[in-house]
Amino acid sequence: MKFLTTPRIDRCIGCHSCSLACARLIHRQISWSSAGIRIHSAGGLSTGFVALVCLGCDPAPCVAACPTGAFSQRSGGGVVVRKKHCIRCGECVTACPVDAVSQDHHGEVYVCLHCGRCVDFCPHNCLEFDDLDPLTRSLHDD
Amino acid sequence: MTDCFRVLAVDLAAGKSRIELIDERSRVAGGSGLAALLFSRYGYTDVAWNHPSQPFILAVGPLTGYFPLMSKTICAFRSPYHDQYTESHGGGRSALSLFFAGYDALVVTGRAKELSCLSIGSRHILIEDVSFMKGYGTAMTGKLLRRMFSKSSGHRSILRIGPAGEIGSAMACINIDSYRHFGRLGGGAALGAKNLKGIIINGDSSRRLPDGREYRNIYDKVYQRVTSTDMMRKYYHLGTAVNLQGLNDIKALPWRNLQTTSDPEVSKINGDVFADQTLLRNAACSGCPVGCIHLGFFRDKFKEDARYLYHQVPYDYEPIFAAGTMLGVTNCYDVLRILEDFERVGLDAMSAGVALAWATEALERGLISVRETVASLKFGNVSAYQEAAGYLGTGYNEFYRLLGGGTLKAVSVYGGEDFACVLGQEMAGYATGSLYFVAQSLGFRHSHLDTGAYSYEQKHHEKDVEKAVDFLIDDEPGRVLLTSMVACLFARSVYDTETLAQCLSAAGFETLAGSLEETAERIRRLRWQVRIATGFKPDDVEIPKRFYSVATLQGPVDAPYLDRLKAEYGRRIMVLGRPDTPSD
Repeated sequence: MKFLTTPRIDRCIGCHSCSLACARLIHRQISWSSAGIRIHSAGGLSTGFVALVCLGCDPAPCVAACPTGAFSQRSGGGVVVRKKHCIRCGECVTACPVDAVSQDHHGEVYVCLHCGRCVDFCPHNCLEFDDLDPLTRSLHDD
Repeated sequence: MTDCFRVLAVDLAAGKSRIELIDERSRVAGGSGLAALLFSRYGYTDVAWNHPSQPFILAVGPLTGYFPLMSKTICAFRSPYHDQYTESHGGGRSALSLFFAGYDALVVTGRAKELSCLSIGSRHILIEDVSFMKGYGTAMTGKLLRRMFSKSSGHRSILRIGPAGEIGSAMACINIDSYRHFGRLGGGAALGAKNLKGIIINGDSSRRLPDGREYRNIYDKVYQRVTSTDMMRKYYHLGTAVNLQGLNDIKALPWRNLQTTSDPEVSKINGDVFADQTLLRNAACSGCPVGCIHLGFFRDKFKEDARYLYHQVPYDYEPIFAAGTMLGVTNCYDVLRILEDFERVGLDAMSAGVALAWATEALERGLISVRETVASLKFGNVSAYQEAAGYLGTGYNEFYRLLGGGTLKAVSVYGGEDFACVLGQEMAGYATGSLYFVAQSLGFRHSHLDTGAYSYEQKHHEKDVEKAVDFLIDDEPGRVLLTSMVACLFARSVYDTETLAQCLSAAGFETLAGSLEETAERIRRLRWQVRIATGFKPDDVEIPKRFYSVATLQGPVDAPYLDRLKAEYGRRIMVLGRPDTPSD
């Protein structure tokens, strides 16, 4: 099972190309926020950038919090989202401890599906899409 | 896509706002064209720049958010520098924030009763009293505004001014997201005249994806060109700082108030030195994968023991010229120190550096004394320039208040016009020759980017007035088109007319895509019409003697040739901007 990780996010220049790609290719929107990966400054631009993205929890707290089963556990970590089952309650947003699930003004939720489509749009190779096991991946991220 | 512009108009005095839908997309495109249109609707030609009724305008373009490097915002206002209509261009997050807030433009009129900040988004408009920020520097103001307006963190832009903007200095800039600026011609004072310390733009909504595969195909093509070729390497590698060595080598780099145009000391502050010794990291404007922002650092030891603090300062060719070669400062860390002090008070680095270079020579020649300058200005005296930055930015005394209005304002009292390095405004760092001097003097923004004169001059050495002026006239519409999209001008090799047409068509602006050349010409004329209506006269712009006496790339300046260039370019501009010329 492959995961999107951000092992070289220290290289991030804040161009938002990954978020824009996710919104454009997956969610069919022009957006930097309605996306499974979102780039924020790490406390002001002087401290660089962080990527808010699903870490692939297993079990995932957002799945446990979802009252309708719209979020279900993805094998190996992360979530599978069935939008038609979503009632836009936002419980998944609250449950995610790392702010990786977001909600737009219409209540629609966005979370990384670990499809890897954004990776090619990062100009500095900050992102990785691979099938490393969780331990190796966590070391990789450090 | 809709052909209507969606404009948010905020009246600070009334505390009311309204949304205007303007059906002029196919006529003026956006960006520069939209800004000129909005000034012609909201602006006044018969009252001064700081009258509360004058508009402060931000505008983005039809390709903002849709394509890479469409990352700039046009800031338009009546300038405190010459009391005429002008534009200043800046990036950071401003363009995408305004676009994702759901607006093509923001127009601010009126004057807030108290020092305030304006926060806008797709679903809110808030005017907040920030009287306690009076006199605060741009960095502290940014920190406080981030704390006060934490919503949309990461997807917002924070514009703010320092004390220079509050006191109405014509050299006051607007800081954008810490490292970018609406730098030239006093945008900071235009904001200060509104009693606005800052504007927070929350990009908190999304836009519809254009239909069909056409958009995706052209997006991928442009993205590949930008990221997979060397087209943009010049900008992200050493950045524009690479020009220091090159221009010095061809005798086109102004040194010590343009007393000379080449100096071996350049080896201490060229692009390689800045990259090797000070470059901390790169950053990008939102929507631009190039990442041309170069952040340098310097550190200060603040105790006897090994106690240090560090500072991050963006650098580029122009600021290094202004705070480095022009002031005779040849240590890269010292250049950053001076730049940070300009930044702290919210001064445009280029204007401030060039003005202080004049003050240094005026002091040297005895036209002024330390009674005026307070600081012991001397080429290479870093601490004196750091001290003077504070005086200039806060209007410490009558001398600095005059100088902040533009070097020629100080000249009118103290003399020293011959060596004032002013070409419409304080010069940019190109002493390539007569054509550049004329082009900046009369150019719309008095910017080296108005036309490619500095580049033309490096390739053409013949003295053909008609041919040279034809080049300036012919070169302008293409640039105006890009600043109406609104592209970063570094992307001008990426976005040729054919590519722009494909992008516009894919984004749903078919009418515009089919009429680019006439639209560019229309916008160019509209801009000049607005400028001329607010008082621009080529004959009022004089080129000081220093520019006639310096050795340039072209050798000694041929005075009659320079004068003929200026007369002809001025004549052609006035024809372009004739009020009776239909802007259609």
